[in-house]
Amino acid sequence: MGNLEIQDLNQSFPRDDGSQLVVLEHLSFDVLDKEFVCILGSSGCGKTTLLRLIAGLDEAREGSIVLDGEKMTGPSPKVGFVFQEYSLFPWRNVIDNIAFGLEMKGIPKEERYRTAERYLDLVNLSQFRTSYPSELSGGMRQRIAVARALALDPVLLLMDEPFGALDAQTRNMLQKELLDIWDKTKKTIIFITHSVDEAVFLADRIIVLTPRPGRICQIFAVELKRPRDRTSGEFAQVRRQVLDLIGQHCSIQ
Amino acid sequence: MSIQRMKKRKNWLLGALAIILALIIWQIVAAYIIRYPFILPAPTDVASAFSALVRNGTLMLDLQASLIHFAIGLSLALIVGIPLGIAMGWNRKFDAFIDPLIEILRPIPPLAWIPFAIIWFGLTAWSAGFVIFVGAVFPIVINTYSGFRGVPRVFVEAGKMLGCIKSRDLIRYIAFPAALPSVATGIRIGTGIGWMCLVAAELFGVSNYGVGQKLWWYYNIHQMDAVVVYMIILGLLGLGFDLIFRYYIDEHILKWRTGEVA
Repeated sequence: MGNLEIQDLNQSFPRDDGSQLVVLEHLSFDVLDKEFVCILGSSGCGKTTLLRLIAGLDEAREGSIVLDGEKMTGPSPKVGFVFQEYSLFPWRNVIDNIAFGLEMKGIPKEERYRTAERYLDLVNLSQFRTSYPSELSGGMRQRIAVARALALDPVLLLMDEPFGALDAQTRNMLQKELLDIWDKTKKTIIFITHSVDEAVFLADRIIVLTPRPGRICQIFAVELKRPRDRTSGEFAQVRRQVLDLIGQHCSIQ
Repeated sequence: MSIQRMKKRKNWLLGALAIILALIIWQIVAAYIIRYPFILPAPTDVASAFSALVRNGTLMLDLQASLIHFAIGLSLALIVGIPLGIAMGWNRKFDAFIDPLIEILRPIPPLAWIPFAIIWFGLTAWSAGFVIFVGAVFPIVINTYSGFRGVPRVFVEAGKMLGCIKSRDLIRYIAFPAALPSVATGIRIGTGIGWMCLVAAELFGVSNYGVGQKLWWYYNIHQMDAVVVYMIILGLLGLGFDLIFRYYIDEHILKWRTGEVA
């Protein structure tokens, strides 16, 4: 299961002059089990803050985050995270990076390698089993990071603009691969992006946030059939709808 | 690869050439210009002094004594320096607590500790070890500390998301390996400084053997060719320790850094 309920989330940070910088305001939404949700918003709207709260890396000032009936209070093995920056441990080779979480759980070496190998296969990088992260391209590093997050078999996968630093071609390829993985593993995914194109290609639903402070502007269901063709007319139409929406309601007035 | 190897060999030959040239010039200056072995013994004098020293056999005992002093000092520096650096780098409160004390002690030259080393430990290997410890410990502390401070936050957070939560585990599995290049640099610098303290530490007579002790002893009996032998031994051993780092630590333990800017 992977049902996430977010209730009236508020987050603010103290500023140097003593006032509060409000980052997120009255945020409430649900994510259903096995759903792919994209959170779309401009830079600085609090997307990453929101994801870090869900992950339990930061604590919300107010509000609650409930995963499958359980209130989240810190990092949990039920939640996987793929960071925007390259986060592979450079001193561990690929297979030991993927097996890291299993090692922390105390799973014996042979078994954790077997599991790690399966996820390495899933991202199609088996031939790089013993490479070090510094020997891999940016795209490969993020694919390994996905495999590493999945190796603990979380119910919810959080992705913070994981393809943001990649070139357009690699990006498109990884989006397809991610959908394949989602199809095979049936995780609930929350994916942050500032690219409308990416959101329309990936998501069941798009949650559009307003610029600072981040509030939900609109929740948009993408009804396009999968596999989606980003050159098709329908795709362009949905894209335009989302863009219009952002232009009319969700930008700085 | 093979072109690189050929280049390496060429560079190696160049280096060897410089050493041979230096020896030749030294020989000419000593034997034909200065002509006074007390002021500058020639390489040939040094070579015969060396073979005499090997034959009468105290050289091995000297090496043994010096290595024991050095092992005591360096081990203590590692045992104290690394945990202290880790604690300071990991815990800001502890850092604020201990840092002023360290900053006051750090500028005191290791040799200034010699009187107390003798009073506390007597004329034993431990007092020589203590002086070497004082020389080696600060670079180890400071570099371990800055290595821990420089651990990218994303590694710690990635660790937390993968079930590495407790401070002890985060230090062991994330922060320490991430800081290891810096820790290794600290050990390397500490080893160098500790080695420099060795001669002075042995001068005050903790033992009848020791490379530094013998160096001074031969000076007192005006056998300058033997002094040069011990100087060269000190240099070569120091170089040896450094090579251990360069070829063992860098290419095996820190192999993952190849390809990064370093």
